[in-house]
Amino acid sequence: MGSNATAIWRAHKRGALFANPCFTQIHPTCIPVHGDQQSKLTLMSESLRNDGRVWVPKTKELAGKIRKGEIKANDLREEERDYYLERIYPSFGNLVPRDVASRNAKHVCDEGRGVGETGLAVFLDFRDAIQRDGEDTIRSRYGNLFQMYEKITADNPYKVPMMIYPAIHYTMGGLWVDYNLMTTIPGLYAAGEANFSDHGSNRLGASALMQGLADGYFVLPYTIGDYLAHLGFENVTNELPEFKLAESEVRERISKLINTKGDRTVDEFHKALGKILWEYCGMSRNEEGLKKAKQEIRDLREEYWRRVKVIGTNEELNMTLEKALRVADFFELGELMVDDALYRRESCGGHFREESQTPEGEAKRDDENFSYVSAWEYQGGDSAEVLNKESLVFENVKLTQRSYK
Amino acid sequence: MEKERAYKLRIWRQKDSHSKGKFVTYTINKISTGSSFLEMLDILNEDLLKKGEDPIHFDHDCREGICGACSLYINGRAHGPEKETTACQLHMRHFKDGATITVEPWRARPFPIIKDLVVDRSAFDRILQAGGFISVNTGGTPDANEIPIPKYIAEKAFDAAACIGCGACVAACKNASAMLFVGAKITQLSLLPQGQVERRERAAKMLEQMDKEGFGSCTNTGACSAECPKGIDLAVIATLNREYLTAKFKSEEV
Repeated sequence: MGSNATAIWRAHKRGALFANPCFTQIHPTCIPVHGDQQSKLTLMSESLRNDGRVWVPKTKELAGKIRKGEIKANDLREEERDYYLERIYPSFGNLVPRDVASRNAKHVCDEGRGVGETGLAVFLDFRDAIQRDGEDTIRSRYGNLFQMYEKITADNPYKVPMMIYPAIHYTMGGLWVDYNLMTTIPGLYAAGEANFSDHGSNRLGASALMQGLADGYFVLPYTIGDYLAHLGFENVTNELPEFKLAESEVRERISKLINTKGDRTVDEFHKALGKILWEYCGMSRNEEGLKKAKQEIRDLREEYWRRVKVIGTNEELNMTLEKALRVADFFELGELMVDDALYRRESCGGHFREESQTPEGEAKRDDENFSYVSAWEYQGGDSAEVLNKESLVFENVKLTQRSYK
Repeated sequence: MEKERAYKLRIWRQKDSHSKGKFVTYTINKISTGSSFLEMLDILNEDLLKKGEDPIHFDHDCREGICGACSLYINGRAHGPEKETTACQLHMRHFKDGATITVEPWRARPFPIIKDLVVDRSAFDRILQAGGFISVNTGGTPDANEIPIPKYIAEKAFDAAACIGCGACVAACKNASAMLFVGAKITQLSLLPQGQVERRERAAKMLEQMDKEGFGSCTNTGACSAECPKGIDLAVIATLNREYLTAKFKSEEV
């Protein structure tokens, strides 16, 4: 809840263009869902893929037996295992990029070969690495990660394979910024993952740290100082009409939520919204699904403002109100994500359109028509946002089809 | 083990910093043993919301043991019964079916209660502002790798840097001392090259702020380190004391 786009969304509604919202990253190695009561999916570090081998049982029958607990993973012989990443991508194997690893995990689980109680999990196995390098070496590399895994699942990864499944991770989009990291609102800078700039359509490992450092340590010290040097530093008080207008808008929004006095909790709406986006705007998208999602989001949002239940007042610490205000933003951002996904009729990085794939099922870009950054401009109320295109021109790099085979 | 359990929860409720607080008992059923402690509180809160009652306020953020936000005193232990585990990493399989669980906020004068289980830990921020930082010229590419550092120093600093600033040490200490927290920051910063410029003043300034905030004195009990969810070594307090004394000896002031 704490760091989920509300700040940049509100800046967007005041004039900062929002770039590339449809590019969302699904991280392949997360601990699988254990049930409806779950509040978050814990990430297992990507570094585990350096030594772990990803596999599922070769057949649906075997997978079914594992899910029911009739046989154990360690009972399966080599010929009964499908190390599918190594099979499909001989040169990159288990080290394929996140979006490729995630989509393949989804495929094998959709085929019915997933493991875990829900069938939505694949194995990440360290048996061979431990045999090759010894348990002590593996412990020194991944000790803290294995400990974290055991705390959460009560399984010991030194003895049984880990279970993982893709889950939503960061997004590549964010506020549009120029090379000085200033948004389209003069004087408003956005650094790190809050902006869209470094990640294009896909992200690699440790990117959040990288972008925070690159923007904060190397870029901003030069650019923000220059801007400040040109400012007059006049005193700005709360008496300005702009401030009063903004304050009254905020108070009105808060008051609307507090006074709705509906019958459904914020969390219920939040989960329902999440399910729509995961289903239709997740790892794999298509036109029909996206159009359906847009309508469902609109309907749910309308219901939210009629039926949400917020307890307490504005004048005290009120976490229900805080959540309610954030979820109100999520509805709007969710719709923009779907719009952007509908508009971009190609598969590029973290955005996969089923209508645009190679015969082998890999992502297929359409560089001729979509080599641009989509920078969306808020128009107010329910009016459609306006798309601004920033052309991407590649002078020294030749664009090719990604292949990890 | 059975999949779902029921619990009796004795939780501290307090309307705001001026009001008196008290324990209120709740029953909760059908909690999956795979749920985390905070997920269980979420479910309880949903029940309360449906009944029209104010939910239990508590701090949380990352929910994976790295941010330092969660701050629950569970059954008399900071972050609950498991070793090197934050409250958000604590899973319900560690509590027997039907158990009574007591949940309180951090109790320390420098951490006033804001509401229910939420306390004000800005005292820690002020201690850091007093000296828990390094000054550096940003913008250019620094020659970070030119200064050789022994591996054991790098490891010692890294282990101390694991401190997430949650305040469990203060809550566990009978004197509400913050020496483990300050010791961890000092050890992290003063051992490495970048921390040398401000090394002499750092310990004195941070300790001065710590005293101003009203944290208690250290009597070498060691409850802090025993309860620390990151396993910060008690030795950081020794390092802190040594830094402070050395600074006093080598000070330019007469």
